Amino acid sequence: MDSNLIIKLENIEVIYGTVKVLKGINLNIHDKEFITLLGPSGCGKTTTLRIIGGFTEPQTGNVYFDNKKINGVPPHLRQVNTIFQRYALFPHLNVYENVAFGLRLKKAKENEIRTKVFEMLELVNLSGFQPRDVNSLSGGQQQRVAIARALINHPRVLLLDEPLGALDLQLRKEMQVELKKIQQRLNITFVYVTHDQEEALTMSDTIVVMNNGEILQIGAPQDIYNEPANAFVAKFIGDSNIIDGIMHRDYFIEFGGNYFDCIDGGFKPMERVDVVIRPEDIIIEKPSEKNIIGTVETVTFKGVHYEMTVDSFGVKWIVHSTTALNPGEVTGMNVSPDNIHIMKKTGDENESYEIDEISRMINDEEVNINDI
Amino acid sequence: MIFKSKLPASPYIIWAAVFTLIPLLLVGYYAFTDSGGNFTIINISDVSKFGPVFIRSVLLGLIATAVCLILAYPFAFIMSRMNAGMQKIMMMLILLPMWMNFILRTYALMTLLEKIDVFVNRFSGFAGLGHIQIINSGGAVVMGMVYNYLPFMILPLYTVMIKIDKSVIEAAQDLGANTMGVVVKIVLPLSKPGILSGITMVFVPSVSTFVISRMLGGGANFLVGDLIEQLVLGTTYNLQLGSAISFILMIFILLSMALLNQFDADETEGMIV
Repeated sequence: MDSNLIIKLENIEVIYGTVKVLKGINLNIHDKEFITLLGPSGCGKTTTLRIIGGFTEPQTGNVYFDNKKINGVPPHLRQVNTIFQRYALFPHLNVYENVAFGLRLKKAKENEIRTKVFEMLELVNLSGFQPRDVNSLSGGQQQRVAIARALINHPRVLLLDEPLGALDLQLRKEMQVELKKIQQRLNITFVYVTHDQEEALTMSDTIVVMNNGEILQIGAPQDIYNEPANAFVAKFIGDSNIIDGIMHRDYFIEFGGNYFDCIDGGFKPMERVDVVIRPEDIIIEKPSEKNIIGTVETVTFKGVHYEMTVDSFGVKWIVHSTTALNPGEVTGMNVSPDNIHIMKKTGDENESYEIDEISRMINDEEVNINDI
Repeated sequence: MIFKSKLPASPYIIWAAVFTLIPLLLVGYYAFTDSGGNFTIINISDVSKFGPVFIRSVLLGLIATAVCLILAYPFAFIMSRMNAGMQKIMMMLILLPMWMNFILRTYALMTLLEKIDVFVNRFSGFAGLGHIQIINSGGAVVMGMVYNYLPFMILPLYTVMIKIDKSVIEAAQDLGANTMGVVVKIVLPLSKPGILSGITMVFVPSVSTFVISRMLGGGANFLVGDLIEQLVLGTTYNLQLGSAISFILMIFILLSMALLNQFDADETEGMIV
């Protein structure tokens, strides 16, 4: 086994009633990495996190921590700590006592607790807040208390379940930077759950894209963005044009009514494929028989670029360009070979969002009387 | 404007004045006057003769309250962690007996305990255990109190417990709390308001009951409530003494409530510091 590995999930399955929430998850988490589980609501990312935290037991599969199997080990005996979605601060305790909670359970000495609480509050920029009632704090401050509280036990792994979901955009951006800083400063592993692809791209060393209880792709942010494994990943990570294409032979593809060179091979001759093209990779040209011809429908100014929709024989293309065209104008579009991403058709990528929602609800309602 | 905002409350204020405030003043008046209407504290000082009755009432009331708390606490917690549908069913089962009249329920319990008494003693004789008194005992009175007042303990506990977020409990476990730690450090402090109002709602009617003790206690378990009833409505008519006992009982209950509230207030203050 990889010596750098801290957590390993092996063939994890979770079933609620008749709904398979996780369908055989395999995941390696390395020490000190910032790994993000990314996917739409109900894809199983929170359940995966809860399995690592010990709050949900998988029906099948194994969980390893430091090469030791930890299936069945209750949360309070695991070397991980969690930041919960809605912070879950203790409403009957003040900021100081919330942060001190973990150390009090360890029966630490009062002066040691004091030093560490102050240290943690300083880390999250809340010095001076210790006597405050947690109910009087703003969302961002509560978030910081939750971080300080989780870090005081010096966990080897910190689990974060959509920690920034309740904050406004500005604050969220600030906290993204801050969380990343904290992770680097403490040099520990962060397992981060979010449905926000931008957040994932900004913060992570590794992104795990999930949907429907399955892992679709694991990779560095650049790889996930530039080389999405399938149409779902492409669509979920940023805007994408996903077009039907026919692979005539290796390195030669037909789509959008024209033929292009590309850099992919290994498909059957004349195999139907999905072609993914990022809007910013489309080059606006004069219409010719070499490119894709379409009519500009809408033009929206987005700050750095213009976002345009171009209709080409009924297919709507999203194009990002720094030069604006006029609606109604006929234009040609071209793509360089290395920006053409070709994927095998999966056919089921959008299958049953509803089932996912149901499983999410069941997950939320799940009752663990035995744990208490 | 102030008048306007209080107007809707006036029917209740009138109601409370006529049926609560005036009777209370009357109790106070009779407690401090003799049969001729002159001021006296003789009635009040006479109450001390009934010390044992007071002690028995408080003792049985305390036992009943404690039993209710022990039965209701885990039940309310488990109920609060059930899914919504189960919670509704449970709530129905708790409220169901309350649809029936209190006295009828106590009669039912009386009949039941009589039968059990006969049944048990048929066998205890063989087993050489001697006679086991079930009906007409202090135990039966406590049982009657628990039987009648248990819902009043469960409901306030359940009401505070459903507000305890599952994730708060998980956060405590996550930070290293085992089952005991979660109960002591999270569930107990967060459910304290429920415990306090549950205690109030069971202890107060238990201490002042007279139907339960008369039906289930036999002659030996004469409580303050029985005493007052006998003095005010019964054969040994003495309105002044009855009022004095009521007055003292009321003071006692108010004092214990104040004590309980103090307990609550202290904690809240400690929280902020």
